[in-house]
Amino acid sequence: MPHSVVRPRSSHRVRLLAAVGAACLIAGAVSGCSSGSGGGSDSAAGGTITLKVGDFGTFGYNAKGADLFAEYMKLHPNIRIVEDNNANEQNYWNATQAHLAAGSGADDVQAFDISRMGQVTTTLASRFTDLSKVPGVSAANWAPVKWAQGKAKSGTVVGLGTDLGPEAVCYNAKLFKAAGLPTAPDAVAKLWAGSWDAFVNTVGKEYQQHAPKGTYFLDSGEGLFNSVVGSGALQYYDSSGKAVYRTNPSVKAAWQLAGQAVAAGETPGMAQFSTQWSAGFANNTFATTICPAWQMANIVNDAGPKNSGVWNVATAPQASDWGGSYLTVPVQGHHIQQAQALVEWLTEPAQEAKVFATPDVGNFPSNVRAYTDPKVSGARNAFLSDAPIGQIFSAAAQRIPAAPIGEYDGVIRNDMGNGVLLMEQKHTSPTAAWNATMSQITTDTTG
Amino acid sequence: MLRCGTRFPFPTVTKGLPVSTSTTAPHHRVPPPAPAPVPTAAQRRRSLLHRLDVKGTPYLLVTPFFLFFAAFGLFPLIYTGWVSLHSVSTLTPNQMTWNGVGNYTMLVHDQVFWKSLRNTVTIGLLSAVPQLLAALGLAHLLNYRLRGQLFLRVALLTPYATSVAAAALIFQFVFQQNDAGFANWALHLFGLGPVAWESGTWSSQLAVATIVMWRWTGYNTLIYLAAMQAVPGDLYEAAALDGTSRWQQFRHVTIPSLRPTILFTVIVSAIGSLQLFGEPYLFGGSGQGINGGPDNQYSTLALYVYRLAFNSEHLGRAAAVAWVIFFIAVVVGALNAVLVRRLRASA
Repeated sequence: MPHSVVRPRSSHRVRLLAAVGAACLIAGAVSGCSSGSGGGSDSAAGGTITLKVGDFGTFGYNAKGADLFAEYMKLHPNIRIVEDNNANEQNYWNATQAHLAAGSGADDVQAFDISRMGQVTTTLASRFTDLSKVPGVSAANWAPVKWAQGKAKSGTVVGLGTDLGPEAVCYNAKLFKAAGLPTAPDAVAKLWAGSWDAFVNTVGKEYQQHAPKGTYFLDSGEGLFNSVVGSGALQYYDSSGKAVYRTNPSVKAAWQLAGQAVAAGETPGMAQFSTQWSAGFANNTFATTICPAWQMANIVNDAGPKNSGVWNVATAPQASDWGGSYLTVPVQGHHIQQAQALVEWLTEPAQEAKVFATPDVGNFPSNVRAYTDPKVSGARNAFLSDAPIGQIFSAAAQRIPAAPIGEYDGVIRNDMGNGVLLMEQKHTSPTAAWNATMSQITTDTTG
Repeated sequence: MLRCGTRFPFPTVTKGLPVSTSTTAPHHRVPPPAPAPVPTAAQRRRSLLHRLDVKGTPYLLVTPFFLFFAAFGLFPLIYTGWVSLHSVSTLTPNQMTWNGVGNYTMLVHDQVFWKSLRNTVTIGLLSAVPQLLAALGLAHLLNYRLRGQLFLRVALLTPYATSVAAAALIFQFVFQQNDAGFANWALHLFGLGPVAWESGTWSSQLAVATIVMWRWTGYNTLIYLAAMQAVPGDLYEAAALDGTSRWQQFRHVTIPSLRPTILFTVIVSAIGSLQLFGEPYLFGGSGQGINGGPDNQYSTLALYVYRLAFNSEHLGRAAAVAWVIFFIAVVVGALNAVLVRRLRASA
């Protein structure tokens, strides 16, 4: 789901020299480019090692314009990379967890969506190698939240971050104008700066008062709730792995805020990613959507060419994130060192920037050193009023609090989202919906 | 399957053996016309082989099926039962903790389970009843001499040949909640307001049932049609001579002749409903498929098994729900057996 299209500005060659140099530094100890020659002269001697990379949706490594696997194989003539891609994440997860449980059948590298990392870093942690000591890997390279959520409780680094979903607010300037609100990104961001409460209770109510008929301030209450929770340094679990979703005041506050948005008629009551939700963009039904970097692609696709220039991007009230993935190396693999070197290389700034700059991929880097790459820092989105998306999302990424996640994070998130939808669709009161959600989470996390 | 076994043409197996009339056992009792010569060792061995052949071959021939059934049917069934008595995560299936009937007693307070059970029944009824009635009517119409008969029959079967995924995608558009959806557009023609199909309980179940109906009506029509064509023509002639109308013929000749077929389709539909998974899962889309709607308004038992096993990773609890489904299927099967016996007795 969180892997889609972003259209970056310039897509040009990676600085190949830098990439080659870095890759050899890292992989030199392992195999590949021997003694820094970058040529891989010993390929004939060692024979070819095949690395299978299991992933889902669009990671873009093999996409036209990125061609990262081809590049890596060129740098390491003795490595052959085979991508084992499943378009559907749920199907991918079903197969992968079976392989991990069985202790055989997993690929040398396995990718995971953030929603699975709760299980991957707890119940499954022992099935993966520690990536923290792989040459070239350093905590400082990643957005703090990305590094924190890829770590197991024991401190081993189970996954290295590929992309991240830092959030901004995408807004429909046409509807803002119609409601008498400012339309320039800076002025818009100022309306709600620093406060989700101002976003919902000041700007949202203001919009709804003067709104064109049949339009809503927000696309979804669930999206709002998730973003508000994501702004907290403590979310559903504390750092010891204890579930705190029931008692954490910031979760409760987010719930109340979502309830207020629903009560004020700011949401249409549609599930995100449903067909009617998509149609809402084409019909200019929503004034805002809280927008992880990958969400821009959905707006571009769903709003359609006739709405080019209608949408714009402003900084969110508080930094938050949603989505993104990790690469891991299962212990059952036969070429662990080579696989680790590949994972390190793929998550280097140059490669993540290249993936971001690839048309039809556009996953936003989680490696903060990529943010100074002109491909990222200079990125604008022509459809979204030429917004400087590279700047906005880079700035947001580094301010996201490094909240810990726990075993059932994905399950809790799903249940919470359903609870918000109950308020939106069945007009359940916030208190009743909260109680129903709490008992549902208890049921879903027992057994 | 079983009928095949008993009807197995033994003579072909015994071909080439010296004794040719062996398959009819009573013949052995008839004393041979001439004093039998004492059988030689070779003859005795042959006759033993022969008897083994006659008695054993059928079993040998059905063995592969039962071996596969044991490996891929019976073992998983029993193992699922065993798993259902444990607390076990899908992620670590080898670490099982004994839980007795804990997973079953937990179902008592599990709201999603009860909703799914109720939905399985209601969606089953919503889809099966209109579907079978429509199939019966369609088959009756197709039983007349029509132009383009073959085309019509093939057309009827096309939905059945379509993948669930494609059908569900189309119906997602049909049942959009705003007025862009086809269903709401049609309602609008009759002056009715738009329905929020996916979020309502009955509306979403009706939508899911429609997908099922759309896919299976043609299939059942063809089964009914085949059965109708097996009804002897002289029954209709006799009825016509008695001056009955078409409708009376349908009611008093066609329907009674079709009774076993109707029973068969009812049972197959009932078991199909118990396994209903793809339609609700895909109707919900990437966001709500796994839940069967935020209020589980179109979740089914099979969907709940999936959610438990592969989303919240509770393999033991998923196994318990799977066994509940199996239990219901057994009850349905038993009901079927009773009905068949009644039907035979009354016939």
